[in-house]
Amino acid sequence: MVRNITSFTGNGVADWLVQRVSAVILAAYTVFLTLWFLALPEWSYEAWSGLFAQGWVKVFTLLAILSFVAHAWIGIWTATTDYLKNTTVRVLVQLTVILVLFVYLILTFDAVWGV
Amino acid sequence: MKVSVYRYNPEADRKPYMQDYTLDLPEGKDLMVLDVLNLLKEQDATLSYRRSCREGVCGSDGMNINGRNGLACITPLSQALNGKSSLVVRPLPGLPVVRDLVIDMSLFYQQYEKIKPYLQNDEPAPAIERLQSPEDRAKLDGLYECILCACCSTSCPSFWWNPERFVGPAGLLQAYRFLADSRDTATDERLAELDDPFSVFRCRGIMNCVNVCPKGLNPTRAIGHIRSMLLKNAT
Repeated sequence: MVRNITSFTGNGVADWLVQRVSAVILAAYTVFLTLWFLALPEWSYEAWSGLFAQGWVKVFTLLAILSFVAHAWIGIWTATTDYLKNTTVRVLVQLTVILVLFVYLILTFDAVWGV
Repeated sequence: MKVSVYRYNPEADRKPYMQDYTLDLPEGKDLMVLDVLNLLKEQDATLSYRRSCREGVCGSDGMNINGRNGLACITPLSQALNGKSSLVVRPLPGLPVVRDLVIDMSLFYQQYEKIKPYLQNDEPAPAIERLQSPEDRAKLDGLYECILCACCSTSCPSFWWNPERFVGPAGLLQAYRFLADSRDTATDERLAELDDPFSVFRCRGIMNCVNVCPKGLNPTRAIGHIRSMLLKNAT
């Protein structure tokens, strides 16, 4: 049995399912924001903050950033285990990506709930 | 015609090189690539390659012909050239070269061994054969025909990068052949061996395997069926 401790869930079926579901959520969020921008008569900070003042938009945004982190990690993990054969280099790149994704996650939480 | 062949003899050469040959072909005949190699062998007896049945049944002479994996014995020269004037022959990519066009297929066979390519049945053996309905037998069509030539697995980048951990298209086609067999009762055990992030899920569905299979089989579809079975079992 092949094991890997750094994959997102450690299980191939779960990783695969998470990657697909998160892709659908990200696609829906992208379409939602694009349509919102196109439908807006005039772009302004008030309209933007008004959008994010609504509870369901906050929840949708957090769902999207969680999907982004999971989706990106599964993809990057796959690419690093394919191409980076040196263990030190691979682990360093993986840890750097985890750090960056963690920062994105915290900043998004802060932006949505902090204001 | 110019023929360029990958040459490497680990005992004599420091590194592999391409050797060019000029060959006079018989008029009015579309030779197979294997016939061309046999003519070269008459010129240069040191050239090494595997071949046996010379009719696409044994799977010995898988090689990379003008950039595409295939069996030399059933690849017509006209098809291999496809309008070009010279032929370039290399070993199947991704596995260690033993000599010239002969590769070491140990990793390929290890993956095949891993999927336990034989029927497992824990019920008492009947007095006659274990019978199958025609419908159940039909489920094995498109799976059992694989001759293990390795053209598919050695055209798969996922297998190039992780040949120790990704089973590869040939092994997975056979894994599904036993998962789909109504006479096999080890389905759960088989699936349990495949649900890690590498064995099946390293397949990204680029279908190089389908593109090169000399028998016209579809490993990507079989992998999709395994994925569905794993998903059904796990959710």
